[in-house]
Order: sequence, then structure tokens, then C-alpha cells
Amino acid sequence: MSTATSIQTSDKPLGRDALAELVARDIAPGSFVNLGIGQPTLVSNYLKPEQNITLHTENGMLGMGPEATGDQIDGDLINAGKIPVTELPGASYFHHADSFAIMRGGHLDICVLGAFQVSATGDLANWHTGAPDAIPAVGGAMDLATGAKDVFVMMTLLTREGASKIVDACTYPLTGVGCVTRVYTDKAVFLTGPDGVTVRETFGCTLEELQELVPVPLKTAE
Amino acid sequence: MLNFVDSVNEAVSGIKDGSTVMIGGFGNAGQPFELIDALMDCGAKDLTVVNNNAGQGDQGLALLIKEGRVRKMICSFPRQSDSWHFDAKFHAGEIELELVPQGNLAERIRAAGAGIGGFFTPTGYGTMLAEGKETRIIDGRGQVFESPIHADVALIKALKADGVGNLVYRKTARNFGPIMAAAAKHTVVQVSEIVPTGGLDPENVVTPGIYVNSIVKVA
Repeated sequence: MSTATSIQTSDKPLGRDALAELVARDIAPGSFVNLGIGQPTLVSNYLKPEQNITLHTENGMLGMGPEATGDQIDGDLINAGKIPVTELPGASYFHHADSFAIMRGGHLDICVLGAFQVSATGDLANWHTGAPDAIPAVGGAMDLATGAKDVFVMMTLLTREGASKIVDACTYPLTGVGCVTRVYTDKAVFLTGPDGVTVRETFGCTLEELQELVPVPLKTAE
Repeated sequence: MLNFVDSVNEAVSGIKDGSTVMIGGFGNAGQPFELIDALMDCGAKDLTVVNNNAGQGDQGLALLIKEGRVRKMICSFPRQSDSWHFDAKFHAGEIELELVPQGNLAERIRAAGAGIGGFFTPTGYGTMLAEGKETRIIDGRGQVFESPIHADVALIKALKADGVGNLVYRKTARNFGPIMAAAAKHTVVQVSEIVPTGGLDPENVVTPGIYVNSIVKVA
């Protein structure tokens, strides 16, 4: 059995919910946040009222509340995934150009997105497989990737075939260049930027074991 | 010139073959379904349609596409679980697609209404959606030149109109309505309620009546 390095903070890989809880805990109090469709949406389940986080949805709203249930459901009040949601006190509505100005203008502190691949320098690929018969659909992914002050990615580290999704250079079509600042995976949290990849913590593996899975040089903070 | 018309069919009767038509809505919220149905009935073809999506299920825009009335879609997210009519036309090579990141779509529409000749934006820089477009480094960031999207007609949905065409919307059903109203030469609005002039608080008007041409009440 190998020796655990000091940055291993869990003795097993994190599941989707535990990862969502970790992302939620890492969001600074008072932040304005956009959560992407899919796994990132789980983060909202773990935001605490005392964090005072304001959620933005691209279709024109700040102050989005939890998913609507029962007679709360209102066809005029949906999120970017077209799921009925609720509004919180202090909510505001605005048109699409203003909503994307909020993103592009750098007013959002954090967006959390899923990904197919992230490169060592934070390039993101999450919108298109590039397959010849695939119908491309981009939605707001490029705007979010480009506009938010911090772009967090949530994904499994490996594909179903066992390939690392953290790569030297993305092979899928890019969503944004050098935009990802942090990657949350089941096996580790990575910080990405112009200087490459730094591992913040690992789950259920040592740094050395992690390095064997990831084809780019991994550093630690110290 | 503002007209209040009695039927959705009358409201869309001026739409000609080959027109560029903006259609409001994001998902079902703010979709002017009755106006789209009327566009179907009026028979106009060879249309360029601007909408966030490319139709869902077997209604509205999806049916226009199915019937071959749409020559080109300008949208950000054509592929959905129930976008089968668009998917079929696309794979058959019978519809053209201009795929635009959603914020660029919104800003290009806004630019048209605001008389802007184009703008540089970081969104899409370095991606396949910027291929062939002019780029610059501005403030140290790569940016892409994007052009305005003008339209002959906008079909949108609002909650209420007053007697001079001022509009208010409801919650996230606002989405593309205000910017499409400004971008089109002729804007047709379906509303749930028409109130007397003076019945809307001027501080709360979202789309001023100057952008509106035809209003029809839909029950």
C-alpha cells in the first residue's frame, strides 16, 4: 500500500453529491453565481442561507430560488434548463441582452460548468463532440466560460474508457481559451492557469497515483 | 404606426416569402404560440427565422420547419431531446443553420435595434464559431467582430399592452422580447391583456410603444 501524501483529504473518490457539497463550501459568501445545466445544478442543494449567494440564470433572472414543486410551478418562471424554478425575495428580471451583459461584463463571480475536456492551461471543451453527424448546439456555454471571473468545472476525471479529461491540449472543439480556473473531479481538485496544473487535494489516491492517470505534469501548492 | 388587430391571422398577414422573422421565447416561456400558428396558416415560405432554439415537439416553430417553410435558422441551441423536425431537415441538408453563442445572438439583435454596425466580443474567440471572422486583441483579450441581426418582422409575447403600445412582460418570459421588438422593422405582439393608456406605470414600462406596430389580444 502506498503512502498517502498530505494533500489526500478523503480515503475514497468523491461521489457527485459530495463533490457538489465541496464546490458549494468553496463559494465565497455574497457571491453572484451561475450554475450550468446537469451536475453543476446539484451545487444549489448545498448552498447555505448564511452564504448569501445570489444565483443568476441566463434567461433573465437574478435571485433564482429552488426548483418549483406543486402549485409553485409557473410556465413563465424557468431556468436555463427549462425547469420551473422559484423566485427569492430580492429577485430581478431583465432581458436577454442584459442577462448576457452580466456574464460578459465580468459581473458574475463564479460559474460552474460541466466539461468533456480541460487543458493544462485552462482551455475548456464542453459544447460539441465534433462528430460529423452531430448537430452543434452552444447555448450560453461560450458566454459563461468567457465572462465569469472564475470558471469552475465539475466532471469525472476519467472518461468511461478510462482516458483523462484533463489533457495537454483539447481534442474536442473549444468553448473558451484559458478560461477555467479550477476543476473539481471525483479524484482531485485541480487549479488551472497559464502556469499549468496544481493539485489542491486528492480523494482516494495519492498525488503519485493521480499523476499516473493524468498526462500533464502535476504540481502541488508547496 | 400602431394597430390593434382582432385576430392573430390579421396580425401576421403582411409577412412575405423570404422574410427574416424573429420569434421571441426561451423554451416555452415567452413563445408567441398563437402568432407562430398564424404564420403557419398564412403560408409565407423561404423564411429566415431567428429564435434561441429550433423548435420543440410537434408544435409552433417545429411545425414550420417540418413543413419546409424555413430556409435558414439563426439560433444558439437547435439540438434538444424533442427537436426531431429540425434534426431531420438538418441531416437531409434542407435547412441552413447559423449557430451563434447565445450572448452574441442577444447582443447582435440588440445592436440592430440600437443602430450599432457591429461590435467586438471575447465570446467565441479561439473557437470554431469565430472561424473566418475578424479578430483583434483589445485590452489584452482576443475579441471577435460580430454583426447586427436585423429582421423584417418580430413576433413576441408580452403580458400587457396599453393604448400606445407600451409593454410589460412576466418573469422569465421577457427574455428576447424587448430586443427583438427594437430590432425588427415591424413588431407584432400578442398580449394577455390590453389596458387603457395611463394604465401602466411609466416607471415600469419595459418596451416603449415606439417599437411596437401590431397588438393582438390572445385569451
